[in-house]
Amino acid sequence: MTPRNSTLDARVPPGPLENKWERFRRDMKLVNPANKRKHKILVVGSGLAGGSAAATLGELGYEVDCFCFQDSPRRAHSIAAQGGINAGKNYQGDGDSVWRLFYDTVKGGDFRSREANVHRLALLSRNIIDQCVAQGVPFAREYGGLLANRSFGGAQVSRTFYARGQTGQQLLLGAYQALERQIGAGQVKMHSRTELLDVVVVDGRARGILTRDLVTGRVSRWAGDAVVMATGGYGRVFYLSTNAMGCNVTATYRAYKRGAFFANPCYTQIHPTCIPVHGEKQSKLTLMSESLRNDGRIWVPKKAGDNRAPDQIPEDERDYYLERKYPSFGNLAPRDIASRSAKEACDDGRGVGHGRRGVFLDFRDAIQRLGQDEIEARYGNLFDMYRRITDENPYQSPMRIYPASHYTMGGLWVDYHLMSNLKGLFVLGEANFSDHGANRLGASALMQGLADGYFVIPDTLGHYLGGDKPEPVSTDHPEFKRCEDELHDKVKTLLSIKGKRSPASFHRELGLVMWEKCGMARTAAGLKEALKKIPEIRAEFWENLSVPGTNAEFNQSLEEAGRVADFLEFAELMCLDALTRDESCGGHFREEHQTKDGEAVRNDKDFCHASAWEHKGPGQPPVEHREKLEFENVALATRSYK
Amino acid sequence: MNLTLHVWRQKNAQADGRLETYNVADISPDSSFLEMLDELNEQLLTSGQEPVAFDSDCREGICGMCSLVINGVPHGPDRGATVCQLHMRKFTDGDAIWIEPWRAKAFPVLKDLICDRTSFDRIIQAGGYVSVNTGSAQDANALPIAKPAADKAFEAATCIGCGACVAACKNASAMLFVSAKVVHLAELPQGQAERQKRAKDMVQQMDTEGFGNCTNQYECEAVCPKEIPADFIATLNREYVRAGVTASE
Repeated sequence: MTPRNSTLDARVPPGPLENKWERFRRDMKLVNPANKRKHKILVVGSGLAGGSAAATLGELGYEVDCFCFQDSPRRAHSIAAQGGINAGKNYQGDGDSVWRLFYDTVKGGDFRSREANVHRLALLSRNIIDQCVAQGVPFAREYGGLLANRSFGGAQVSRTFYARGQTGQQLLLGAYQALERQIGAGQVKMHSRTELLDVVVVDGRARGILTRDLVTGRVSRWAGDAVVMATGGYGRVFYLSTNAMGCNVTATYRAYKRGAFFANPCYTQIHPTCIPVHGEKQSKLTLMSESLRNDGRIWVPKKAGDNRAPDQIPEDERDYYLERKYPSFGNLAPRDIASRSAKEACDDGRGVGHGRRGVFLDFRDAIQRLGQDEIEARYGNLFDMYRRITDENPYQSPMRIYPASHYTMGGLWVDYHLMSNLKGLFVLGEANFSDHGANRLGASALMQGLADGYFVIPDTLGHYLGGDKPEPVSTDHPEFKRCEDELHDKVKTLLSIKGKRSPASFHRELGLVMWEKCGMARTAAGLKEALKKIPEIRAEFWENLSVPGTNAEFNQSLEEAGRVADFLEFAELMCLDALTRDESCGGHFREEHQTKDGEAVRNDKDFCHASAWEHKGPGQPPVEHREKLEFENVALATRSYK
Repeated sequence: MNLTLHVWRQKNAQADGRLETYNVADISPDSSFLEMLDELNEQLLTSGQEPVAFDSDCREGICGMCSLVINGVPHGPDRGATVCQLHMRKFTDGDAIWIEPWRAKAFPVLKDLICDRTSFDRIIQAGGYVSVNTGSAQDANALPIAKPAADKAFEAATCIGCGACVAACKNASAMLFVSAKVVHLAELPQGQAERQKRAKDMVQQMDTEGFGNCTNQYECEAVCPKEIPADFIATLNREYVRAGVTASE
């Protein structure tokens, strides 16, 4: 497989970094208000990115159809984000600025993101807070009535806005209410319990989608002038993750199979502070907000195999390894570094709890310093959640935590306009690849979802419609029929195998392989093993799957089987990308490339690019295209948090 | 743990339902209740039978998707928690457990343990928002809000829209749900412009959907996973009356 130095044009506006977005807005095409209602826009996903996009496009007067697989747009998994949302407001006067947020994000992403996109994100972050407050989002406030901030990993300023440990919920409800307002006004038609199953491409443009009504099983065709995909990440490729049960790769993977390039699938984020695995039948992992690292101290016993209770281990026999290795950032080291350090401690046999796969997150000192009431005010709901799940009281003994799959930085390739190489397909939020490079900083996912949906897509979509003026397409076009026939064949096959194993059992098996071979640390040999193993699991899936019932009814096993089938193909692409990227960067740690202290070693000479994969048909290896990442404003440095 | 489960099975919205009995064995007390149901489904699937359909998504108590009545109580025996946060250690080996869907006229059952809650979305559509288009906001700190008001608004805004309040109420009233949104926005300066219209329109939509009214039984507060206080219903009544008085002037 030879990489093509390709035709990928990121369409970054010329001029100085600070002026690029203004420059784009100055030159952009507009659609006049009377014409907007003639354009049908299909928005897939209703989380922070999709919900805010659908609401805003509705406000502007477009005819919007919005789709989600949950029973209501309010349930999208953005709702589970706990800690907060970053914005370069500098309300604390602690030296923050748009530039510093931009720089921290580029550095946090280990210099593998696109400068211009990240700068725009930092710029728009300020408008997000304004918009959300105007909607009535109840952010935390100081007694003077102004907004409160907290610190988060990877930054030395306090720029994170929050609503106790439920920031994602409050932001999503803000977007949801704006969306419901447009639904009530007739500007947006909402289709809940509806899943995207294919993207229809006509003359090189995304012109429609096929969906399945999850209640009746009915497949419908939708034609539009643009498709806006905001369907989240693929973190459930590991089976166990902090993602919701329904999160899946199907929408972005189907788009990939129809010609959209998939960029950097090997960039996954393993979050350092999750509740450890308790047993084999577990269905998902629960995150404890990173904000806990503001006051909690992370440690393991110095001695391997130490079985004493934590309060029996004296101070000088504890290893506060993050504080030791990274004195200036300490417990607030970025997520990839904190996760890998936990894995190293456990690999040394110094882990604690079930299977020794856990480390302590200890609030003893913070409780002594601030009192239990203050800790309760800051983190009460998180402590309650921990107690409920583990049946242990974290006010009395330290929490046990371990890393878990949480977020994926890779996604469909998009240009500066957030448009994929497939014209008319826009990709927002976690589903695209553009802003976080090889590692995302805490409190930046909410920022990106809302920046994309509220502020970027309304302008760039208008520019596309006003400039390209796509011809109307009807659902009678033969391409719709062809895609629908393929879909029916696939569903029929899934139902006719009549084997012995559940979709979940295959998913679990795949997840174990991915966690072992393509998780927190990767090697060429391990990835090659995974690339051999995945097709074997997939082969058995198509021979021994059990899906009872029919297509024409509410059939959750059928839904799950379709999603697992896509994960079984996608996992291979992810391993191939991880194998091809022969360097360590951010969340992608190749054991072959590390310093003797175990720090990641990047290779800027050969890998300072985004890898965008093109599907070449069943059985054919995908082709890699490269977008060279130009750093004109920041110097490529070795990331140091010491 | 070994358990006997009596589970509501219903093919679709039109069909009649009935309780079916199943046995599950070797359940870990550390499993969540939904993981226990996953195991039941695994059992059914490997023997070619249709698994039990139930809703769940985030499984960390915030999305509001899970919705089971366990032994007659929405979300089960744990106070202040959704059913996805309920763990099997709360049960005893050998227990018999009854599992049913939410039951209310405005929440028709779609299949087994899954019901349709889009009526809640339509109530929000009627007025559960601040009408502010994207881009028209002033600087966030230009609007100081006293901390007590902000905290009370937050408390109301934590509602996850699961519908347990309706399922627990003998009148299938949605007043706790409606009051949570009305209080959230009435507490804040941003919500003042539409305050009266909001209370009136949301209550009217609630009636149209076929939810009942409050007769002060406080069952809703007892099962609310976010422990939203029933006092808010009193505030809703006040807001509604106030809207009526003003409208007639």
